[in-house]
Formats: sequence, C-alpha cells, structure tokens
Amino acid sequence: MFDNNNYKLNYVFLCTKFYPLNIMKILVCISHVPDTTSKINFTENNSKFDKNGVQFVINPNDEFGLTRAMWLKEKQGASVDVINVGLSDTEPTLRKALAIGADKAIRINMEPKNGLNVAKQVASLVKSENYDLVIGGRESIDYNGGMVPGMIAALTDYNFVDKCISIEINNGSVTASREIEGGKEIVESKLPLVIAGQKGIVEESDLRIPNMRGIMMARRKELQVVDPIDLDDSTSSVNFEKPQPKAEVTLVSSEDVDELINLLHNEAKAI
Amino acid sequence: MAILIYAESENGKYKKDSFEIASYAKVAADKLNTSVTAISINVDNPNELGDYGVSKVLNVSSDNLKDFNAFLYADVIKQACEKEDSSIVIISSSSNTKYLGSILSVKINAGYITNVVDVPKEFNPITVKRNSFTNKAFEYAKVNSKNSLLAISKNSHGIIENKTTAQIENFEVSIVSSDTSVKSTEKATNKVTIADAEIVVSGGRGLKGPENWGMIEELADILGAATACSKPVSDLGWRPHSEHVGQTGKLVSSNLYIAIGISGAIQHLAGINSSKVKVVINTDPEAPFFKSADYGIVGDAFEVVPKLIEGLKTFKSQNA
Repeated sequence: MFDNNNYKLNYVFLCTKFYPLNIMKILVCISHVPDTTSKINFTENNSKFDKNGVQFVINPNDEFGLTRAMWLKEKQGASVDVINVGLSDTEPTLRKALAIGADKAIRINMEPKNGLNVAKQVASLVKSENYDLVIGGRESIDYNGGMVPGMIAALTDYNFVDKCISIEINNGSVTASREIEGGKEIVESKLPLVIAGQKGIVEESDLRIPNMRGIMMARRKELQVVDPIDLDDSTSSVNFEKPQPKAEVTLVSSEDVDELINLLHNEAKAI
Repeated sequence: MAILIYAESENGKYKKDSFEIASYAKVAADKLNTSVTAISINVDNPNELGDYGVSKVLNVSSDNLKDFNAFLYADVIKQACEKEDSSIVIISSSSNTKYLGSILSVKINAGYITNVVDVPKEFNPITVKRNSFTNKAFEYAKVNSKNSLLAISKNSHGIIENKTTAQIENFEVSIVSSDTSVKSTEKATNKVTIADAEIVVSGGRGLKGPENWGMIEELADILGAATACSKPVSDLGWRPHSEHVGQTGKLVSSNLYIAIGISGAIQHLAGINSSKVKVVINTDPEAPFFKSADYGIVGDAFEVVPKLIEGLKTFKSQNA
C-alpha cells in the first residue's frame, strides 16, 4: 500500500513531527451554508432554518481563504487542515474542501448554538494542535455573525487580522492588508495568527473546482470526528421572521425624470 | 451600571455612527432608568456627544493609541466597562468596531450580537432583532449571559438629538502590547466612501465600458454620493475591486441606492438590500432589480442619466 498519496501524508507527518519550524500548520474554518440562490424558510414555529431541499456550499468567504491556503502550501510548504462545527450532514462540504486539496478534515460533532460556541470548539483544537495560521471568513452568509475568527484569536492569544485581503508570510513574519472604509491598511504581524478572509485574498477567478482526481483522493483522506468540549450558551436564537413582501416598484417614465426627483424628495425623503 | 458605548472617531472627530449608537443607547437607557457613558479615544471635542444624550464621556488621550489596533482598543473599552460596571456595551458596525468587537466580547464575557436593527424588544433577557441570511430574514436573538455586547447596523436607528451636558472625565488607561501594527494606509481622501455614504450611485455592465463612467461620477458628485459597481464590472477591470458591492464585495446600507444598468443578480441584491430606498434604471423591464426597487425607470441609461443630472442641478439650485 505504498501509493503516492500515503507517501505524501507520511512525509507531511514526519515533517510536522521532526521539523516543526519548516512546515507551517494551517487550519481553515469551513462554514457549511445554503447556496446564495436558496429560498430561505423556517420550521418549528419559525425557530429553525429549514434545510429541506437546500443546496449547501462552502461559505464563499471561507473558500477564498481555503484557496489562499492552497497557494501557501504549494509555494512555501504547509499542511492544510479544514474544520467545521456541525453534524454529519456537513461532511459533503468538508469532502469538497478535501477535494480542492486540503490534507485532512476535522468535524466537531455538534449543532452550533452561536458564534462563541463555535469559536471555543475551534480554539481548543488550535491550542492542542499548535496551528500557526488559522483562516476563517469575514462572515458566513447564513447567520452573518462575523465574529468567530476574532473570538478564536482572543481565546488563543493569537494575533488577528480582520477583513484580510492579502497576506504574505516570511519566516513567521506577516505582512497583511485589510479592507477599511475607503481603502486599505497594511499591517505587520507575526505567527501564530488568525485571519478573517474575504474576496481579495484571492480573486473569484482563482477559486478551484475539484477535479475527478481530487474527488477520488478526497475519499481516502482522513475526516476526523471530534466530540464537542463546551456548550456555550451566551446567546441563543429565539425565532426568525421574513421581511415584509416588498411593495410594487413605482415606475416613472423615462421622459419624466423630474417626477423621479420629486418622488425622491417629497415621498421617499431621500434627497 | 450605565450603558457603555464606544464612540469611534477618526482624526480627532467623532464618526457619524457614534451619534447613531449614542441615540440608540439613550433610548435603551431611558427604558432601564440608567444613563449612557461613552468611551472615546483621542477625540478633540468630547462634549459633542452630549447632544445625543450621553451624560458622561471617559476620554482617553494617548499617543500609543494613535493608530487603530483592535487588541489595544478592545482592552481600553474593557477597562471602561469595568470602571462603569456596565453590563450592556454598544458599538457600531464599522470595519474597526467589528474588528475589535469579537475580541472585546471574549474579554468581557459578553453575549455578542451583531447586525442589530432595532432597540431591544425585551430587556430581561436582552432580546434584539438582527439581520441574518444576508438580508433574507430577521432573527430575534437573546443574550443569556450577564453582560451583553450589541453591534448596531448602520442607518438602522438614525441620529436623534437629545441635549444633555456631558461630564468629561480624562480616563487613564494601561495599554497592553500587541504584535500587530499598522505599516501604512492607502485611502482616497477626496472621495465619499461607500461605507460612509448616505447615497450610493452604482453602475453595471449595461454601461458598456469604463469610458462611460463619467456620467456616473457626475451624478454621484451632484448627490454627494459614493460610486460603486456590480461584480461583472469589477471582474472586467472597468472599475476597481474596492467599488464592487454585493455578497462577496462591500455590503451597502445607505439611505438611497441608485442602480444604473444593473440587472440585479441575487448576489448583488443580497449585498444592497438593507439600503432604505432603491432606484433602478435599466432598459430591460424584466430585470430582476425592478422587483426589489422602490422606484424604477425603464430606459436607456445614456439618455436617462444625463437628463437626471440636469434635473438634479436645477433641483439643487432651487433647494440650496
């Protein structure tokens, strides 16, 4: 059973074990979210998201980060693990991340209750496994909390760059940029580090679609299931509500733009 | 037990978001029979917050806090929180405050809720309405821990004047160290930013090429608006990526959003749907944007926009 894949895994294993400074350990947090085009519905008295008939994907902000992790692996050597806090239904999403090229997947076996709950699970593993770089997304497109990466950093005492749009790592020194209102800020930091990635860290055209070989290899990669450690209950969801149906658009003739100005001024009070 | 707000500033001046969260906190404080205390860092005129119901300002002045640093700032707010014995802390949703918010929530053991769009529905336990599913749903969430940290969505509450005299106290803080520091900042200084703009004028592929953006910029100028664009436009390199609004780009919650030559893909709408008033100008009456907009003109942007510019010039001269 000395195939290429095993050889590679052993190689990574040996390197991380004996030469921890040479190989960077990266953990990418993967949120399992409904595809953007999904209809959003709720069940159980509007208290739970209705997963019925919904197509799930890797959270877009996380996918940008995963791709950046693959570049780091290919260009300077790194091991890339992916993690999700969720029940077994999130495994296809983790397998997709493995098919894109991650080495190993970890699933913390619980239905997440809130952001801190997720962050605590991940932080505990980050500490015990000594990851050098943890990559999350700016926010998940379902609950939009935008808090997990920063919480992981606070819980582990790692450095943190939010809304990260570029990152270069050289001997443990980090130069990163982050989006700010009206521009960007270049920051210097050090490993160990947590970043919250978004578009910009790689572009949409850089994202990878798993090929057949990747999918086949992903089946043989390790997907470790870990028991949860802490059931944080600092916040909880009460129920959901859908926005009021939108009133019909008021159409104005293209010959009469003054009417639009009048409506925006007197009716909408927007100008 | 005052409610604590972090009043963010830039170059010594409060950001408008600070007045909005002060107004929000005042409404909550009145319901709880308490007052609002603000913590601010390197601000020239802390008295200004008194106009929005803040009765005490803890004012920190320190050269070591000249550049924003999420860890240092979060620690300063934590010290203010301990001094005031506050169990409710309120912040805005700017890039910097959301950056420090997640760290702060861990430091002060607070239940943290972001994207809050309304004053608490209940105070015991604190229950708030928030945006979720990228504007496709609202969630009511409650805080179960003793402390709560709420990040208020921009433009969700508005600025409400409420004149009080703020007591200003110079607040001495200890400053922690951090491995992260700002090297440089690249920022257009003469342009309205998408995040701060009341009005955003956005162009799509219907404009046919980057050479046609002159009229978009002129329209934005007249309205004091920021310019933005759809994803295909930034992907084609017609406009910088920093102008891309939508699910994977910038999220917009302006008062007025004007979409020109944008059909309204679901990813685009997800990013702009929390804007208050939406206007669409498009040649195609079947464009999905018409279903999300408040006002629409079916017509050619190259004819409609110049007329709109002329009309607004007249309007501005009459209403100046």
